Amino acid sequence: MTASSPANKLAPPSGEDIIAQLKKARVGIIVSVPDIVTSDGLLWPISKDPDFQLIRVCKEDEGVSICAALSYSNTRALLLMQQTGLMDSLNAIRAIAMDYHQPVCMMVGLQGKAPDETVLASASYGVRIIPPILDVMALKHIGIDSDADTQHIAPAIDTAYETGDALCFLVGQSPVIAGERP
Amino acid sequence: MIQRDLALTTLRPHVEPRDLVVAVYQSCFDWLALCPRNLNYVSTGAMGQASSHALGLALGSPDRRVIVLDGDGSLLMNLGSLVTIANVRPKHFLHLVFENGVYEVNGGHPIPGTGTVDFVGMAKAAGYQDAMRFSQLDAFEAALPELLACDGPVMAVLKIAPGKAYPRDYNYIHSATARKIFRDALNRDET
Repeated sequence: MTASSPANKLAPPSGEDIIAQLKKARVGIIVSVPDIVTSDGLLWPISKDPDFQLIRVCKEDEGVSICAALSYSNTRALLLMQQTGLMDSLNAIRAIAMDYHQPVCMMVGLQGKAPDETVLASASYGVRIIPPILDVMALKHIGIDSDADTQHIAPAIDTAYETGDALCFLVGQSPVIAGERP
Repeated sequence: MIQRDLALTTLRPHVEPRDLVVAVYQSCFDWLALCPRNLNYVSTGAMGQASSHALGLALGSPDRRVIVLDGDGSLLMNLGSLVTIANVRPKHFLHLVFENGVYEVNGGHPIPGTGTVDFVGMAKAAGYQDAMRFSQLDAFEAALPELLACDGPVMAVLKIAPGKAYPRDYNYIHSATARKIFRDALNRDET
């Protein structure tokens, strides 16, 4: 497991860099229920980017199945959601991603995490329980808290599709797009 | 009422070699016995997810027809998928719902809304191109060519009674072997 890195005083991740990493990893389909953490910096830009097909689902567990089924035809996809949706989808993830060993790749915005706190030390119960839950499920997770973290995205997705191991990125700060940095 | 195994036997000659068939629970066990083929997708994992798996397959293989053999109790767990599917509008997507009003493999308890829930109405309201209900086998047989030729997602709800009891091989449907057979066939473009 990869522990989420401390986010103290780190610049937020670049939305453009995350999107570039997704393209580098040949992710062509984004499946999503909107999440306030990743809305402006990822989902809105993705929705306007012709390189992606955006599938808007009603509920996150639909996305687990869609991404898994896409993997049979070697079509790479990412499920973009909030941690509440991750929690609501745990049985689908347990069965389809983990029991079946399928490369379901997820990117999860941690709603309620303050920029100056780590995930595990978050004041939000709903945030700090996420890494331990993923650890119990043996689901690999990688923190995306700053620009320095985004470079890990493409290699991790490549590895997921090579090995069949599911993967979960935990986005701890809202990604920003050029010209909108605070 | 239509006997489920007779409905599946009726469907069988209409399934072409390149079609992808996603099946769940008792319909899956019956289908595997009646029509074993490499492009049967049986590893849906979590109850209710058949339609979503089918949408993923349709997105990944848009040139193929996708046929879903769903259950009424299963579909109730994933009603939002009807809206998602209608919104994506896969071209050749036949969603068969086997309506027996009970959770057949979980003790035979009634589903919520037995006798009143309207899957045809829900599919139409969600935006499916068409949806219809069948309680007679000959009517279903007559409609199948048109259902399979529709240019968009369509639903057929079959009022069914259990037919012959085929064995429930859970180990197979959850096995890596089942998934490998399907994956290999899909990528060989097996016909």
